[in-house]
Order: sequence, then structure tokens, then C-alpha cells
Amino acid sequence: MAGKSLSAGKSLGPIRRAFAPWNDPAAKPFIQFQNVTKNFGDFTAVDDLSLNIYEREFFALLGPSGCGKTTLMRMIAGFEEPTSGHVMLDGQDLVGVPPYRRPTNMMFQSYALFPHMNVWDNIAFGLKQDGMPKPEIAARVDEMLALVKLEKFAKRKPHQLSGGQKQRVALARSLAKKPKVLLLDEPLGALDKKLREETQFELIDLQVKLGMTFVIVTHDQEEAMTVADRIAVMDQGKIVQIATPAEIYEQPNSRYVADFIGDINLLEGHISSTEGGVATLDCVGTGAKVQVIQDGGAKLGDHAWFAVRPEKVTISLTPPADPSINAVTGEVWDIAYLGDVSIYHVRLATGATVKATITNTTRLVERPITWDDKVWLTWSRDGGVVLTR
Amino acid sequence: MRRGGSWFNVTAITLGFAFLYLPIVLLVVYSFNASKLVTVWGGFSTKWYVSLLSNQGLLDAAWVTIRVALLSATLATVLGTLAAIALVRFGRFPGGTLFSGMVYAPLVMPEVITGLAMLLLFVAIGFARGFWTLTLAHITFSMCFVAVVVQSRLVTFDRSLEEAALDLGCPPFRTFFTITLPLILPAVVAGWMLAFTLSLDDLVISSFTTGPGATTLPMKIYSQVRLGVTPEINAICTILIAIVATGVIIASIVTKRREVERQRAERLAIQGV
Repeated sequence: MAGKSLSAGKSLGPIRRAFAPWNDPAAKPFIQFQNVTKNFGDFTAVDDLSLNIYEREFFALLGPSGCGKTTLMRMIAGFEEPTSGHVMLDGQDLVGVPPYRRPTNMMFQSYALFPHMNVWDNIAFGLKQDGMPKPEIAARVDEMLALVKLEKFAKRKPHQLSGGQKQRVALARSLAKKPKVLLLDEPLGALDKKLREETQFELIDLQVKLGMTFVIVTHDQEEAMTVADRIAVMDQGKIVQIATPAEIYEQPNSRYVADFIGDINLLEGHISSTEGGVATLDCVGTGAKVQVIQDGGAKLGDHAWFAVRPEKVTISLTPPADPSINAVTGEVWDIAYLGDVSIYHVRLATGATVKATITNTTRLVERPITWDDKVWLTWSRDGGVVLTR
Repeated sequence: MRRGGSWFNVTAITLGFAFLYLPIVLLVVYSFNASKLVTVWGGFSTKWYVSLLSNQGLLDAAWVTIRVALLSATLATVLGTLAAIALVRFGRFPGGTLFSGMVYAPLVMPEVITGLAMLLLFVAIGFARGFWTLTLAHITFSMCFVAVVVQSRLVTFDRSLEEAALDLGCPPFRTFFTITLPLILPAVVAGWMLAFTLSLDDLVISSFTTGPGATTLPMKIYSQVRLGVTPEINAICTILIAIVATGVIIASIVTKRREVERQRAERLAIQGV
């Protein structure tokens, strides 16, 4: 696989770790959406949206279908024009520039390989449009074929390729012109799980190696978390949160984001204290008190939700030292055994369910905690977040 | 299920095929009849094929027919393809429903009415009837058949192929000729063949719209039949049948072979060879 050979040399860690131009106020955005709105008839696909993407960034647009992420990408490619607002690339206004004059290339969800041309001609297609001299085209195509390890398949027609091979041809074709931005529209959706995971790492390696800006559209949160430097979570034509994968997961800014990325437990209540950087939430129904370290997002009296990931909840048969703070009790309602982890569904007295994930560190078939056991669920003060929307 | 057929099935198939092909077989057999009487067998002979070659009237008619068919099929294919693209691609445009209705009207319009309407038009604008009016009339009625065939291909056409071409720097006009047209070509060719065939055997509309010096083969045959069928007509019909049958057989063999090839290649790809 291409990934292995690419990453065989130096680790990409230092490059990836040091990269954060979005925190640098002096950094110039590479792609800019300025108050962009796009209407299709009565339907607003993109709603007054502003967004900066930086050079060499691997940026993911994530959201459910119909949230406007594909429309946003198609506006960079030039297949859609904004109803109002501006799309800038490298300081140049893209509005009105047709797709065939834009320095961007796109990898399509369906791959869109030309069925009447072989692999070589597919990759050469874009280069021929530029009137590049023949020897140069040949050299570049061979280089691209080597990059995706398909040298032996140059004379094959697309229908003679497997899904994974087609995906690599599509990638090679969209990279051949060395675009300023590579747009990836659900690029791995048609691959099976194992191949998809492998290819995700290949994409990262490729992006760092080529030093290009990649924008990926996906509805698969794991894919976005794996490949992207930053993720924009979208809903109904608006961006709900833009942050690094870790920030999105650990510090979601809303119930929507928390729920969309991974699994989450939500406890509803009111803020009764915000002293000393610690917010206290009085839960509705159970009366449990939750204390969370926070930096001032929630105000006294706010209607709020405590959000905690199942893997940050500890499950125990014995009550904690102080059962009045950061603890709830209930009965084990269901257990999902997933091999590496088990997910316990605990039904509280109020009828709400809280999930707790336990790593299966032993090979025991009989679990110490089982159905109908009365259990205590606890978490630490920095285990979750308080959300006010 | 029992293999083979019950007597009922066998009878049904025999009768069905007899109904379809017996007249044609008779026509072919009698084209080799030595006798001048069409219904009396007088021994084997190819003399009617020879005499056909000296029948200037029939040969002229055949030549007119082929020229009209070639020209009208080609122009109908261009116009029909453009109409199909307009119908599929431009989504909803003002008058779109009216346009599609009007494109397809000739499909269901009685030929007599189409023929008469065109005759009246040509008379009204003072267009001398002959080869060109005939060609125009044929384009008019065969265009909609081309549009139907091409449209059915275009609705299943993956638009992202064109977008990919545009994205790679290919302007729209060039994209049409390098990507779209090659991919819909089988439908366009099928449309052309349909238009060609329709033009070849049209009688009603041709009768209305033709003029002196532009008699087509169907018209010629029809007018001769009224004076009595001669074995010469059997002979020319046999030649037409032979041409059409050869074309159909070649086309199906090519399609079949291509399909087998494609399936073999796909199997190889799945096996990862």
C-alpha cells in the first residue's frame, strides 16, 4: 500500500503537531468564505457563512446530509455560485470564475472516471487541457501512477478496476495538475471499512508530503477525526463549531456537536453556582449535583446540560465517598459487549438512561457487574462540559 | 416445470412464427419464380433480379429513397439529440412542458394528419415539392424518435463525468465532444438507425409531401402493386430484407461480443488481477 511506503521514512508527527496557523492572528487565510449565502429556490443551503481555511491545512466539512457541506465545496470548485457573499482563494475573488479556470481540482464521490478512456488517459486528461508538451505529460502521468502504485494498470479501462483501484485513479487524476486546493467529496464512501481506514492514513501522508491544501466533505465523523487538522461541524447551512478533532470531541460547544460526534450522556438542570471556575448544575428530577471546571460559559441561573462521554463515566457497585456530588445511581438495563469495550446502559430513577463504557482488560466471560445490578456512576470534575445550547 | 413444451406451447409458437414470417418466406421464395404469375410456381430462376437492374424506374426510386433516408436521418439525429439535451439538462424552463409535448406529438399524431399539414404548409409558402420537401417532412417525423432514444440514455448519464472534465480545465463545448458525445454515442447511433429505417419505408407522409421526380421506393412499389404484383417487386423486397437482416445480425453479434468482453474484464477486476 502507498501509505506504508510513504510513512516508512520520517515520522510526520513533528510537522502535524506544530501546525496551527488558525491560532496565529498574522496568518493569511488561503480560502475565505465571506458572508456567503446560497439559495436554491426557497431552500437556503448555506446561510450567511464565513470561514477561513489556511494553506497546507487538511480541513473537513462534517454534517448530516442536506446541511450544506457539499454546496460549500462545490462553491470552491465553481459548480455553484453564491447567491451573495464572496469566495476568495489566495487573495483572488472566485465569484464568476468558471470551474475550468479555477486552480482547484476535485475528487468526486462516484470517482467520475471517464469510462471510455484508460487509466493513463484519465490521468492525462487535465494536463492535455493545459496544452502541456507531450513528454512532460507522460512524465507527470508516470509520476502520478507511481504515487498511487498503479503503474501496472495504466492501460486498463475503469470497469476493469476494483473499487480501491478506481479510488486511487481518481485521486491521481485530481492531483495531476498540482492544484492549489484538492477537494474531496466523500472520497472513501464506496470502500469497505478496512480499506477505508488504510486509505485515510494514505491521504494524510500524501497531503503532508505534497504540501497541498485539502478540503474534505464527509458525513463520517470518524473519517473527519482521523484525517483533518480542523473540522467544521455544519447544521442547516451554518457552521456550529470549528475546531481541531480533539477540541470538538472534548469541548463541544453545543448539544448538537456533542451528539453528532461520538456518544454522549446529557443531564439537564440549572446552574446554581459558578464560584472559583467551577460550575454547579442541579439536575432536574434526580436532584443530583454536578460540579464541572469551566471557563465562564455558563452563568448563574442558566438552563444547561451537563455532557459527559460514556468512557469518562466510572461504574461501580459501591457508592462513592461523597454520593451527593458528580454521582448518580441506577440499575443496569442493558449491556452491549463490543469485544474491546462493553457499554452499560444504566436506567436512573427518573427513567433517563446514562451510558458508561468499560474497557475489557481481562478475558473474563463473567462480568462482575451484570443485568439488574444497582450501580453507581461517577465522573471527575474535568470529565465533562456544561452546555447552554 | 417440465422441459420442452406441451403441445399447446408448441402450437402457439408455430402459429405465432408462421403468422409473422410466412408472408415474408412466400415473398422471398416467389422472387426466385421463373413464372411471370406471382402465385404459380414455374421453376427456379434469378431472372427477376437481372431484369430489376434494367428497371430504371425502380432503381431511381431506390436511389431517391436512400438519399432522403441518409440526409433526413442525419439531420434528424442532430436535431433530436439537441432536443433531448434541452429536455434533460435545462431542468424546468418556461414552456418546458409545452416543448416536450410538442417534441413528442409526432409520435402519436396520425401520419395522414402530419402529411396533410405539411402539404398545406408547403403549398402555402410556395415551396416547390420534391426531394427537399420530402427530406424536410422525414426529418420532422423522425426527429422525435431520436429525441426519445437519446433522452432515455441522458437521464441515466452521470453528470459528475462532465463536472470532472470541467474541473480538469476542459471548457463546456469541448467537454460535450470529448466526454458526453462519446458516451451517449450508442444511443445516438441507435436513434440514427431508427430514423433511417423510418424514412426508408415511409409511405403516407411521403405521398403527401413529394413532388415530380422524387418518388420513393415504397411509393413506387405501392403504385406498381395496384397494377398487379410482378416478381420484380418480390426481388427488390428480398434484397431489402437481406440488407436489414444482415444489419440486425451484425449489430447483435457486436453487442453480444462487447458484453461478454466487459463481463470478463469485470470478473478479472473483482479478482484483483
